[in-house]
Order: sequence, then structure tokens, then C-alpha cells
Amino acid sequence: MAGSTLASPSADPGVAAVAAPASVSPARETWRRFRRHRLAMASAIILGLLIFGVVVGPWFWPVAINDIDFSATLQGPSLSHPFGTDDLGQDLLARMMYGGRISLAVGLAAMVVATCVGVVIGALAGMSRKYADPFLMWVTDLFLSLPQLPLLLLIIYLFREQLKAVFGVEGGVFVLIVVVIGGLRWMPVARLVRAQFLSLREKEFVEAARAQGATKLRQMTRHILPNALGPVIVASTIEVSSAIIAESTLSFLGLGFPPDIPTWGRLLFDAKDQLDTAPHWALFPGAAIFLTVLSINFIGDGLRDALDPRRVI
Amino acid sequence: MNEQEIRGMVADVKEGTMSRRSFIQRMAAVGIAAPIASQILVWNDVAMADATLEYKPTKAGGGGPLKMLLWQAPTLLNPHFASGTKDQIASRIFFEPLAGWDKEGNLIPQLAAEVPSKANGGLSADGKEVTWKLKPGVKWHDGKPFTADDVVFTWEYAADPATAAYTTGAYKDIKVEKVNDLTVKVIFKEATPFWADAFVGVTGQILPKHHFGEYKGAKSREAPANLKPVGTGPYKFTDFKPGDLLTGVRNEDYHVKNQPQFDTLEVKGGGDAVSAARAVLQTGEYDYAWNLQVEDDVLKRMETGGRGKVSAVPSGDIEFIILNPTDPWTEVDGERSSVKTKHPTLSDPKVREAINLLIDRDSVQKFIYGRGGTATASFVNEPKQFKSTKLKYEFNIDKANKILDDAGYKKGADGIREKDGKKLKYVYQTSINAPRQKTQAIIKQACQKAGIDLELKSVTATVFFSSDVANPDTYTKLYVDMEMYTTTQPQPDPERFLNQFVSWEIATKENKWLGRNVSRYSDPAADEAYKAAQKELDPVKRAALLIKVNEIFCEANIILPLLSRTRVAAALNNLSHDHSGWDVDTWNLAAWYRS
Repeated sequence: MAGSTLASPSADPGVAAVAAPASVSPARETWRRFRRHRLAMASAIILGLLIFGVVVGPWFWPVAINDIDFSATLQGPSLSHPFGTDDLGQDLLARMMYGGRISLAVGLAAMVVATCVGVVIGALAGMSRKYADPFLMWVTDLFLSLPQLPLLLLIIYLFREQLKAVFGVEGGVFVLIVVVIGGLRWMPVARLVRAQFLSLREKEFVEAARAQGATKLRQMTRHILPNALGPVIVASTIEVSSAIIAESTLSFLGLGFPPDIPTWGRLLFDAKDQLDTAPHWALFPGAAIFLTVLSINFIGDGLRDALDPRRVI
Repeated sequence: MNEQEIRGMVADVKEGTMSRRSFIQRMAAVGIAAPIASQILVWNDVAMADATLEYKPTKAGGGGPLKMLLWQAPTLLNPHFASGTKDQIASRIFFEPLAGWDKEGNLIPQLAAEVPSKANGGLSADGKEVTWKLKPGVKWHDGKPFTADDVVFTWEYAADPATAAYTTGAYKDIKVEKVNDLTVKVIFKEATPFWADAFVGVTGQILPKHHFGEYKGAKSREAPANLKPVGTGPYKFTDFKPGDLLTGVRNEDYHVKNQPQFDTLEVKGGGDAVSAARAVLQTGEYDYAWNLQVEDDVLKRMETGGRGKVSAVPSGDIEFIILNPTDPWTEVDGERSSVKTKHPTLSDPKVREAINLLIDRDSVQKFIYGRGGTATASFVNEPKQFKSTKLKYEFNIDKANKILDDAGYKKGADGIREKDGKKLKYVYQTSINAPRQKTQAIIKQACQKAGIDLELKSVTATVFFSSDVANPDTYTKLYVDMEMYTTTQPQPDPERFLNQFVSWEIATKENKWLGRNVSRYSDPAADEAYKAAQKELDPVKRAALLIKVNEIFCEANIILPLLSRTRVAAALNNLSHDHSGWDVDTWNLAAWYRS
């Protein structure tokens, strides 16, 4: 593991263990470096609280999300309704917790799908020295040039009913949206991964691994991929936010979840006509989306720094 | 003084540009005694109810610009191709019909000298002929005179199937003859009690023969005048950018004295209903905005600014729910919701009765629509003589529960009622529009309390109301259990409107789902009453027959009317406009003025 590349504790755990006198595992080393990134730590706590809130919150706040009360419409935050009410007198806190589960799950699941597809395609293209690379990049260009909205409409019309039959109303739409959003957003990740692979595969440490008889798969997974992960993580955190927003676009077109399911995007959309008198209605879901996206971005930032072997923290 | 001149003066009295007294004085000057002069006015229906705007300015012009906002922008200006209200409104600025409808459903002459009536000989006793006398001295914008030839040509143009006019329904079964230069006769094949369709209102605008003559039939879409109209209206055409901006200037030769008041006209398109309301009520950038489908709360708040006001006029439009009596989840001969199938649970009248009891119409009106609608149990509400007095609505969850209990629907572990393994679970569809989604939420909650589970579905309006045969989400396909929308009643006579309840209009695959009967329900008694009403000349008997058709469907709880809608528009405080629920917003644009 010699050469011009600086010593990389995360790239080759065996070497790192030998090099560092006080033996630390790479995971622990990453965690140590991550903790130093204050914004990332704060973001991780905020995201943790948000997830904790939407997961266990409904047990502590057992108000029905569709309880209509015309005597309490458009009320600001109060003790009986901590986040206020909407124009049908429905409790916004309960709706936000319910909708948050869906919005966060959609965002994270779509990110996972997009990143996995992107990494696999990018890695294959980046390692190939023959036909796979141009072919896979054609496919990527093709997907980039596809008009996404008409395609979405087509896919949804073709498969909505079947998926509903298998997974139920909400489950079916969830699977559909995750697959569709994930399946149409892997291209930037694939391009990034390919570019990383193209440069890393010629590096001396990869040559060294090849000389030791490492197979292509081992070179990819053990040597190149860990070094390429930094930018990929940042790119995929951005996907979370775009997935949450794409979900609300679909709901707006009537193709997402049913209109009575209060995802954060839907809450924001419903609130827009009353912005002047009931700003709380838009502010809470808006703030939730904002905090989620921002904290995920910062966590990505922190992870990149922590995983970057060339950076000394 | 000849007959033509007297007619002209009578028309002046009607428009208010000549007082009754000066008419009688002028008659006296040529030797006609006052009682006879007064009789002339009565024969000419001057006494007939007239709810048009009183026009106050004493001269034409000088009013500056008039700026209107149509948030759905007009795309063409030929009234006979205008299927959307936006295009009908825009073309009505330049073209006029023989008569239009005021806000109370009275027929008001525009290019006609008078409205045909039995008293003036315009209507034949057998109900097969209508004679229209045209207003003398009317000129097209290019200076050519308006004559009976133009009226006859308009009939030929719209009746020709190759023209593919949207208005062809009003013209294809009639014959029009020119009697003299200022008289035309409309001849029907059978006695027709509702004769005021051809040449009236939205479908009736007259085209100039000298501009459209060469473009009748297959070449109709190539006419340059489709986008550069030459009409008789109060404003002359200046420029048109389809989908964006339409401008015009005052017609100095307009056939009504002292009208119009505004010097230029601008019609701007784009945006949505809320932003349009804001541009008039809050910022005052525009004088007038149309079709404000916005929650009343929002409008009221904007009005508190004090710049503008909202006007709501009654119309025949009705917001209602259809309960599908056919099975939307089984495909038969390539279509779902086929009349050959029966809905597993909604075909049970008891279930439908229970659902009707679960609709809190008063709350929907009070908390959502406000001035935009009135809770009702009758499908036809306007004009009043056609409204059923028998139909009543009620909101009673306990009663609904009892009906379902008695009918044998038991609550399962999940709280949803079922009988013989068939659960009361329905998909409830409507278009995307904030008030509708709230109505859905209110009804869903009430149904939940009675053990009925509703899955809400909302479809974007352009898809929902399209006639796209390939799309499963259009409203005429009815591939759901419940559906809610508004249907518009274009004329103040419900005959055409009620063809939604006859068996030969059922929407099926054969008629490409263009049939007007979306509910697919039929009843021989309703068919029979409808057919009888089409020929019945006695207005009272006819109204009774049409009310019966309405009641059959509402009592079967197939059609659950919610609200009788009003048409809502916003205008600046200083603008007086004439807004009618029976005609387009610009129907009497000439009489608008700023004070």
C-alpha cells in the first residue's frame, strides 16, 4: 500500500490497524472524525429527533388525524393543539406525525433505491475496459433525456391498480413512488461513481491489489468503492430532499397518495391559500421538510469528511 | 314614421336610452294617442321583467381602459368553436347573438329588435315556428350592414357537419328562412317548447357572411377571422396572443346609444383562481376576474381590503355525487361500470339511502362554499318553477346506522360493515380543487362513523373533465363507486340539462363515453316523462314533467345533490358589471361602466 497516495485508514483496514499504534477499527475512526464535525453532529441529533417524533409521537399524542371540528378552524398553536389546526379544525400535530412517517420513508427509501442503482451501474461502467462502459453511459444519457413527468404518468397509469391490489392503497402507492422516483434519479450518482472509478482504478494501491491477485470484484468492493464513497454520499443526500418534493408534486397531480393522507408536501400545498391568516399551517410542515433536508445534507457533508482518507482531522 | 322606426324607438326605450315618457310624446307628435303608444310598449314586452344593469353614463367613451383577468386564458375567438367558457367569454366581446339571458333568466334582445312572443306574433301557436325581427341600423365592425343574410348564413355554417362547430346541436335540426332583410323565421320539425336555443346566448352568436362565407364546411378552421374577429360587439378587435392577451378598442358605431363607456379593453390570461382574486380584490391591478372557485373565507378576507367586491349570481349549476349502481371493478366487453353489471352493495337502495343521510350539506355550505353555493336536495334548482319542493335533505348518522343495521350490514373487526362477505368500502373520486377535497374529507368522516370506509381519490381537472377515450380517470367513465363534480346548466330551461337522466344517453363504450347519463341508472318512468316534456307546450304541465324526472333520480338516491352553485366573480368597487348565471360574463359587456 505504498505510492503517492497518502495512507488511508479506511481504504484498507488491515494496513490501518498495523499503522496506527493505538488500534482503532475503521468504523470507530470514522465515528471519531464524524463527531468532530459539529454541524453534522447537530444535524444527526435533529434528524434523530424528527424520526423519533414521527415514529413514537402518535403514541403520546393519540388524536385522530381526520377529526373534523368546525368550532376550531385555523387556530394557532395552543395547548389543545400544539401545532394549531387547519381549516377543517383537524389537529396539525397529529397530521404532521402521520404524514412525516410517509414523507421520511419515501425520501429515505427513494434515496436507497437511487443510490444502489447508481452505484452498481456507475461501478460496472467505471471498471469496464470494453463495451460495457459506453453502453451503460448510453443508457444513462437515455434516462437523462427522458421527459420524466410523462413517463411517471404512464408508469402510474399502467401499474397503479395492480400494485394497489398487492400492497393495499397506501402500500401500493408507496412502492410505486419509491421505485419511480428512485428509478428516475440514479443517473447523477452513476456518473459520479463512474468518474471516481475511472480515476481510482489506475492508482497504485489498486495496481498493488491487482498484483497480489485480487479479483475484479474484490478490487471494486474492497479497494475502489470505499474511496469513491464520499461524493456519492453527498449526492444521495440531495436525493432525499428531491424525493420528498417529488412526492408532493405527484400528490398535487392526484397521482400520489390519496388526498386525505397528510404527507408534508400535501400539508404545504393545502396551506398555501391561507398563508396570510394561518401561517402556522404552512410553517410547521415547511420547517419539517427544511430541517430534514438540511440536516441530511450536513450529515452527508460530515460523512464525506470523515470518510475522506486524505483529509486530516 | 314607419314601422321600422317605431321598432327602433321601442328598442331605445328598452335599453333605457329613451324614457317611456319621451317615447309617448314622440308618438303623440305623429298622431298616435298615449294609450296606444303604451300598448306598443306592452306588446313589445317592455313590461316584461328585465334584470339587466341600469346604464348610467350619458355618453359613449371616456371611461379609459377596462382590464379583465381570465385565469384560464382564451385560445380562439370563433364563438362556434368555443367549447370552453373562457373562449365563449372572449368571443362574446366581439360577436353578439340575437338575444341573451339576464341574471333572472329573462331573454333580453341584443341584435333582435324584440324578443319573439305570442303577443307580438313571433311565436306560432303550434310551437313550430319562431319569427325574429332584427334590429335595424346595426353595422359590422368593417362598416357593412348587418342583415338577415348573416343570420341565415350562421345557421348554414353551424349546421354543416363538416364545419364541426361545437354549437351544431342547436342548429342541425332546424330550418331558417329569410323573410325580408330584417326578419328571419326559424322552423322546427316538431313542436318545441324551448325554442330559445338557436341564435340565443352562448350558442347563438351571429357571424358575418362576408368574412366567413368562403370558409363554411371543411375549410372552417382556416378562416383568418377565427383569430381576427369582425363582429357587431361593443369593442373592435386590436390584437390577440392566444393563451395570453387579447386587446380591443371601443366600437364608435355601436348600435346602442351611449355605449360602451370604456375606450380600450384588455383581457389577460394566466394564473389560478386565487391569484386572480388577489389581483382584483387586494392589489387592484385588474378590474374584473371571473370564475373564482376559491373558498369563501379566502375571498372574504381579501374583500376586507376594501378595493373590490365579490358578486355571486344564482345559476343552474349543481355540485352532486353519483352513486354508481353498476360494478366498476369488473370488466365486461372491454368496459368497467357496464350497464350489464350490478354493484355488489350500492345496488341496494338501503345503502344508498344511508349514504345520503351521511352528507352534512349545511356544514359543506357554511364552512366551505359560503356564497359559492346553497345546500339542496334537488338536482334542478333554477329557475325556481322547475325546483322540486318535495325533496328534502337530512344529516343524521344514527338514522343511517339504523338503516344499515336493519338491512343486515354488520360491523366487522375493522369497524367496517359487511353483509355476505361484501364490505362497504368505496372509492370516492373527484377533481383536484381545494373545496372538493374538503368536502370529501367531511363526508369520509361521517361515513366512517356509520361503518362505511371511503378511499378518497382526486384527479387533475384537465384529465377528469376530458373526453379522452383512453384515460380511465375521466368522469364519464365512472370507474369508481362514488363520484362528485359540478354539471353546468347553460340555459334557464332544464330540458337539455335533464337528458343526463334518460336511458338513451347512458355513457358506454359504444358511444365512446360521450353519453350524458354518467350515472348509468335508468327508469322507464323518467324516460317517459322526459319525452312527454319535450313536446308539452303548456309551461305548467311541462315543468311538472321535468320535476318528476328530477325526483325519480334523487329519490332513488342515485344522484345526491349537494349544492346549487352560484357563479362568483370579483370586480373593483367602482366598476358596475352585469353578471348573469345563464350566459357568459361578457354577455352585456357594452353596459359595463366605471363610476
